[in-house]
Amino acid sequence: MNENLYKYILGVADNNLILGQRLGELCGHGPNLETDIACTNISLDLLGQVRSYYQYAAKIAGDGRTEDDIAMLRRERDYLNVLLVEQPNTDFAYTIGRQFLFDIYHLLFLNELQKSKDLTLSAIAAKSIKEVSYHQRFSSDWIKRLGDGTAESNSKMQAAIDSLWSYTDELFHQTQADELMVEKGIGVDITKLKSAYFNKVSEVLNEATINIPESKWFQKGGKEGIHSEHLGFLLSDLQYMQRTYPNMEW
Amino acid sequence: MVTTEQHIDKELIPILEQVSDPEIPVLSIMEMGVVRSAIIKNKKVHVQITPTYSGCPAMDVIGDDIINALKEAGYESKIELILSPAWTTDMITKKGREALQKYGIAPPLEAEADKAALLGNEKLVKCTNCGSQNTNLVSQFGSTACKALFKCEDCQEPFDYFKCLK
Repeated sequence: MNENLYKYILGVADNNLILGQRLGELCGHGPNLETDIACTNISLDLLGQVRSYYQYAAKIAGDGRTEDDIAMLRRERDYLNVLLVEQPNTDFAYTIGRQFLFDIYHLLFLNELQKSKDLTLSAIAAKSIKEVSYHQRFSSDWIKRLGDGTAESNSKMQAAIDSLWSYTDELFHQTQADELMVEKGIGVDITKLKSAYFNKVSEVLNEATINIPESKWFQKGGKEGIHSEHLGFLLSDLQYMQRTYPNMEW
Repeated sequence: MVTTEQHIDKELIPILEQVSDPEIPVLSIMEMGVVRSAIIKNKKVHVQITPTYSGCPAMDVIGDDIINALKEAGYESKIELILSPAWTTDMITKKGREALQKYGIAPPLEAEADKAALLGNEKLVKCTNCGSQNTNLVSQFGSTACKALFKCEDCQEPFDYFKCLK
């Protein structure tokens, strides 16, 4: 088994799973019907994409593991998602802020992954781009609507961006598996996406009359399996059925 | 741009045309363009289908429905899900677009027009009830991943719009 490729795929895919689960929590709890449906639709896209990644990872593992095992039966430290996506749905401004900060990255990333020498990854990327550009449009739109809305919506949106800002830098943190895959022309050199990312983010935030946080302190750890306290709770929800009724099928 | 041709053995076409999209029953999977190839080899049919959206929950049902329809016609079959080339709304046939309109789902516009309509910049989507173009976007996401929700300002009816995917 190609351990590095396997890890690389998980590092990409786990972001989808965890963010998809977070958005799924809003099913029936969104602030209104339209945003409720939007968040769960985005969740569905992310989970659809993650199935393709995990099916591929299972094939590489080649030891009988299935996509479901990979999604449901790992321990917390074996999840390699960035800290940003596991942050809770504190209020709608946080949900949208988290989505926006991830969508901008996600789209830049998929544009590069599309050029990967690995044909399965490039096919998944080409498929996902179409969906993710729609996500980005939705979240950018809401950033502007809330930021440039009422005094209250502006202060809530500002608070969410201020709080989530410390998780942005980790998006560009490269692990050892990442570096090895970049060398092979399979992985994306994410360090090169950083300036395009902050330019695009700033452009939308400016339009939304949201101040760009000045804080230079950034959190990291998720990509190495060291998570914030929120992931454990999320996983206990996500894994509940498989842990309680092992091998249960839908 | 559609980069690969569909390869579907002639005798299978009428069988596959009977299988419909479970979410849009008026539309056959052939009109939808999700069947990319169907080839008979040693009395077994190998069918390749491509998802409209990655998370489309209809794909499993479509796969099972194809197997059943082919079984009734006397064929054993195997379904393979392929991602490349990625499905686009250009793969919906002309007949399929008409069926959508009739069913109450406005068919996808061209990419630029679609963007303008979904950003609310221009009124381009035609109401499926009265044909008026005096329509507004209600929600970018609709009842399924592939649709957005619109409302007609003339006849006041809400209706779905099939989003352009390219």
